[in-house]
Amino acid sequence: MKLKPQTKQKIAFALLGLAAVVVIIPVAVILIILIKRGLPAISWQFLTEMPRMGMRAGGIFPAIMGTLCLVAGAIGVALPLGVLTAIYLVEYAKKNWWTRMIEIAVVNLAGVPSVVYGLFGLGLFVIFFHFGSSIVAGALTLAIMELPVIITSSKEALMSVPRSFREASLALGVSKWETIRCVVLPNALPGILTGSILGVSRTAGETAPILFTVAAFYLPRLPQSIFDQCMALPYHLYVLSTQVPNVKPALQYGTALVLVGMVFSLNLVAIIVRAHIRSKKQW
Amino acid sequence: MRKFREAIIEKTILLNGFACILFVVLIFVFLAKDGLTLFRTIAIQDFLFGQIWSPLAEPPQFGILPLFLGSLFVTVGATVISVPLGMACAIFIGEIAPRWMREVLKAGVELLAAIPSIVIGFIGMTMLGPVVKSLFHLPTGLTAVTGSIALAFMAIPTMVSIMEDAITSVPRTYKEGSLALGATHWQTIYRVIIPAASSGIVAAIMLGIGRVIGETMAVMMLTGNASVMPKTILAPVRTMTATIAAEMGETVRGSEHYFALFAIGLVLFGITFLINFLADMARHRKKK
Amino acid sequence: MVDPKIVVKDLNIDYGGAPALKDMNFSVMDKEILGVIGPANSGKTSFLRALNRLNDLDLGCRMKGSILLNGKDINREMDAEEVRKKVTMVFALPIPLPMSIFDNIAYGPRRHGIKDKKKLEEIVEKSLRAGYLWDEVKDRLTSSAMKLSGGQQQRLCIARTLAVEPEVILYDEPCSGLDPISTAKVEDAIRELKSRYTQILVTNNVKQAARVGDKVAFFLMGELVEIGEANQLFTAPKDKRTNDYLTGRFG
Repeated sequence: MKLKPQTKQKIAFALLGLAAVVVIIPVAVILIILIKRGLPAISWQFLTEMPRMGMRAGGIFPAIMGTLCLVAGAIGVALPLGVLTAIYLVEYAKKNWWTRMIEIAVVNLAGVPSVVYGLFGLGLFVIFFHFGSSIVAGALTLAIMELPVIITSSKEALMSVPRSFREASLALGVSKWETIRCVVLPNALPGILTGSILGVSRTAGETAPILFTVAAFYLPRLPQSIFDQCMALPYHLYVLSTQVPNVKPALQYGTALVLVGMVFSLNLVAIIVRAHIRSKKQW
Repeated sequence: MRKFREAIIEKTILLNGFACILFVVLIFVFLAKDGLTLFRTIAIQDFLFGQIWSPLAEPPQFGILPLFLGSLFVTVGATVISVPLGMACAIFIGEIAPRWMREVLKAGVELLAAIPSIVIGFIGMTMLGPVVKSLFHLPTGLTAVTGSIALAFMAIPTMVSIMEDAITSVPRTYKEGSLALGATHWQTIYRVIIPAASSGIVAAIMLGIGRVIGETMAVMMLTGNASVMPKTILAPVRTMTATIAAEMGETVRGSEHYFALFAIGLVLFGITFLINFLADMARHRKKK
Repeated sequence: MVDPKIVVKDLNIDYGGAPALKDMNFSVMDKEILGVIGPANSGKTSFLRALNRLNDLDLGCRMKGSILLNGKDINREMDAEEVRKKVTMVFALPIPLPMSIFDNIAYGPRRHGIKDKKKLEEIVEKSLRAGYLWDEVKDRLTSSAMKLSGGQQQRLCIARTLAVEPEVILYDEPCSGLDPISTAKVEDAIRELKSRYTQILVTNNVKQAARVGDKVAFFLMGELVEIGEANQLFTAPKDKRTNDYLTGRFG
């Protein structure tokens, strides 16, 4: 039997729509499960207390703080580095093989497996630089890992600033760097921030790179300096769900919910910033 | 004075550009430094083709073939699931869905991308594992298939966003030309748009595969961690990434085992480097 | 005999393909308005971009010959910022920067090191008056320049170039996007500025060159066909091609 093209189209579109639904369902399922099972565990005490009894009771405060420290440290290093690199690539680089090499390097940094970043961090920061297992080592490892995300989104933001703005400024005798600083960057900044926040949110959830560079199994106190180990939310969830027997499920789901909540709220901020810019964009 | 300051700033920016190359080289150097040390005591073919990974045995054996096959099984499984789903989803978002639905789906895909792999692993352990176990009547639900399913959903956002870019950047005129000749929308999609977007789609698949191979935490929690030669996709396996993550904490620095884990890292680095390089080539070909 | 403001000697430009300008030789006197006319792709814009070295930004651009400003070679004896500060450019489409009207005008002076607020206010007022815009915007200097009409935006761009106190102003078809009334206002502004600046006006509109220019140059396919006093060129062109263009045979 030969189907009419219109019938074929209906079938095809229905299947494609079904696929889209299949992709989205897990998101909804995961969120519903986390909220349903995790929410009862969350209380003020859970968020602000130290873990007790080998993590089987008490809160997750040090893990939250640890993750915040790592994220802040990583973004502090990666943001300037990434933005400057993007500026180089968009504004200064000529079309030669050096530039191509840098682009390939960025692409490949983005593709290096997270656990390999962990090995690298272990080799370079923990051992070679003698930082030990510490917040610096972990934050630097994460920084290098989020670098490609920041570079890529900053590049896009810089390229979206019209060339005419640059020429208008240059035509007034303003130097190249001043033009970048006063015209290009302010207009690219929101885009840069959006991309960077998305990069950061990824960092907050990463486990493999911090396994051997910073994460402490059980450390019921806050880190004293950047050369201290610390707990971190993703690793804490890993420990709770695979390494410690007889943990109340509520504790696991609660930790997962806090982690996802943190990552999603960062994402939400980025999405709001982006929507805000789009509505205000004048060119 | 002004001139001088600017020259310094420009030099700094230039140096920054090279930092990325430096990092790639550093990663390679630090992996190679420790990884290659292994081959002083272990023959390279025993490492690559040895069928037993048993670092704590006496004498220890460091054959990564079972781990490599573990990665391969999981990756192939995830690819088989994610490529059709991802492509369908991208086509639906890029071509068919009405505006509001497109926004909802895109936001959903972005959320999926934002869920940390550890959370996927955790939910997979508690929800997906039991389902797989009872569905196939297995002694354990933590198998290569379980890992593949979870990883497929982690690769899909990467694939969808790049494929959708590729699809929407096909010039309108192609599409209008085809529709004007009386082809249906669906015929236009698979005869005109998909071929025109093919290099972007290939790049998307490559990058998705790269993501799957490199994924660590979720596979470690979901595939059962048995470092034996896998027979079927319904058996527990262990991937290269999971091996590093699981065992690095217990090794002694400078031991053969430690070097062996770095050597695995080096292999992984090589594989992902190759995949990303090829994906980038595919994307660049599109631009020309 | 007064020295010319700008001297163009054996100027050749190409962008890696066919030449955009071929063997140009002429000069422009101080405080003169030169109208440049010619059909599309005749090298008018390339010529302007060479004059203030915006061509430096095009990586494929190659240039031979020299351009002298006040007797100094702009490519060999001056750096690009110095040239562009003295020879500024108003573009075809108005390009207000996405900031307030005040900040747009003050942008150039600020970058060149003027910090004093009072001084900046003076410059802004003076420039806006010279650009025929002051009365229209004096009450809303802090509002965004993007909200101005097209004609106002273009006069803002002229005022912005005046604020850096240039010696030469280049216009690249400044009225191509404007309605007749706005065009008239921009032309008024240009004529008003004649007392202080040397101006070069590239235009597609032959009549505009006739209305505004002291001298007019006719470019065709990258060559300078003819240059002369506006009256002479329009009434009695020496070259047949000029005549054909003016009478509408092509272009």
